[in-house]
Amino acid sequence: MHRRIVKLVSLLILCMGSLLAAAGQTVAGSAGPTADQIAKLQAQVAAAQSSADNAWMLVSAALVLMMTGPGLALFYGGLVRKKNVLATMMQSFAMMAIITVLWAIVSYSLAFDSGTSFIGGLHHLFLRGVGLAPDPDYAATIPLQTFMVYQLMFAIITPALITGAFAERMKFSAMALFLILWSIVVYSPMAHMVWGKGGLLNAALGGHFPTLDFAGGTVVHVTSGVSALVCALYLGKRVGYPREAMPPHSVVLSVIGACLLWVGWFGFNAGSALSSGSLATSAFVNTHFGAAGAALSWAIAEWIRNGKPSALGAISGAVAGLVAITPAAGFVKPMSAIIIGLIAGIFCYFMVIKVKNWFGYDDSLDAFGVHGAGGTLGAVLTGIFASSAINPIFKDASGNPLPSGAVDGNWHQVLNQLVGIALAWVISIVGTLILLKIVDLTVGLRVTREHEVEGLDLTQHGEEGYDFAS
Amino acid sequence: MQKIEAVIQPSKLDAVKDALLEIGIEGMTILEARGHGRQKGHTEFYRGREYTVDLLPKIKLEMVVSDEMVEKAVQAILSSARSGKIGDGKIFISKIDEAIRIRNDERGPSAL
Repeated sequence: MHRRIVKLVSLLILCMGSLLAAAGQTVAGSAGPTADQIAKLQAQVAAAQSSADNAWMLVSAALVLMMTGPGLALFYGGLVRKKNVLATMMQSFAMMAIITVLWAIVSYSLAFDSGTSFIGGLHHLFLRGVGLAPDPDYAATIPLQTFMVYQLMFAIITPALITGAFAERMKFSAMALFLILWSIVVYSPMAHMVWGKGGLLNAALGGHFPTLDFAGGTVVHVTSGVSALVCALYLGKRVGYPREAMPPHSVVLSVIGACLLWVGWFGFNAGSALSSGSLATSAFVNTHFGAAGAALSWAIAEWIRNGKPSALGAISGAVAGLVAITPAAGFVKPMSAIIIGLIAGIFCYFMVIKVKNWFGYDDSLDAFGVHGAGGTLGAVLTGIFASSAINPIFKDASGNPLPSGAVDGNWHQVLNQLVGIALAWVISIVGTLILLKIVDLTVGLRVTREHEVEGLDLTQHGEEGYDFAS
Repeated sequence: MQKIEAVIQPSKLDAVKDALLEIGIEGMTILEARGHGRQKGHTEFYRGREYTVDLLPKIKLEMVVSDEMVEKAVQAILSSARSGKIGDGKIFISKIDEAIRIRNDERGPSAL
């Protein structure tokens, strides 16, 4: 970091120096630098800006990948019973490999090529045309490949989140097939609608129902969370649920995973600024404040209700806050972020301990309670708290900022948010149901009852997570 | 020769080992166990449901001693493992037919 600042300053001093030297060499009569020299100077400054943006974006991409592996792998792995720890971690890890290849082949194109308002085209099949030159529609200062690989990390974690709903009972083969299809049928279209060129909900590129979703509250969390609920309902409960106690075998692993998620989320949200400037700062600060607010409110709610604040509750709260702030990160003020966090902590706590038990569905790791519900709440609150002072996303014909959310007086934005949310719910429910049916008829979704009782590590992977006797 | 099996609270292990060492008993096997007698478990909360955890951690000691040492060993365990509360544990005594030292095939009480 220090070296880069020194490099940048040296570069600028060099530019100034060469400019002065050139000026000193001009014949008496011409006073300033030539147009040629100015153009060269501009190119060097642009290159410096590009360098800074690309550096941050590559780091952000790495941070987001870290959220899946090992962040989510540890978080989910710790929450399941010992006999299923490897199988659970493997589901996240497998996405890192499988979705990457799928993205390169087809799903990047479907998300980010221009096409219709619902889905992109196939021009970028096999990453054709995705080179090192920027695409100004998406990010003018970084190579398109940086943008592609950054978006890939989102495409990886989204299906991985769904695995929380069917933990401890889904066949590995069925999971892999289902999530490949889901990426194509649900994720790519949703990503296209919110972030792609010509997307129906794209607030930045003039979509018809501009939905403010800075880093993926609808694209990532609502889709994965709602799909998770559908999966939990379709697959049915685990053997012995809810009679049998199935507490986490290692909250220690889950705490480590949650902390990695928190830190990684800076890449998820602040990286969605697609640049290293002050918008990234806003998103970074909001992300952190949202997490803190929600960790506090969940822990306090638990303290009041159960008499003790649990570690599991605190980390679940933090994750809920991070989910809720995701659509809002680059649009709201820092104090709003704390409020969003405080609300999300209590709301998701309520979803997970009351609503889940009312309906009796076995969303094993609360993918719907935290991501589906938290994402929906966050998307609505974004419509309320979005401020053009932070991010002038809407502009009039002359380029003057227009009101963003309700705090600016634009209550209409809440309606637009609801359109985006509704679309996410519908595409998730319909897409997931159809795909589950297909996979069920071809491969079969659940492991046998005996295999489920014996444990997935042994039956699906031929391994044991812990062998302390050896 | 008799076998003494004692199920005690884990927090009393050091005191019991010291007490046995003081009367000359050095050889024993210590196992980590779980169980309960009349002691109720504790409740844990997980996602809004209350669960009773009634498999409580215990330590089990096993030792084989000569007949003359049995009562002294039992007294040592009783005085060091007792707290007066439910959950202190139990001692069981059984007869042992034979004891053999693996190193040199020594048999009988001298093998203890």
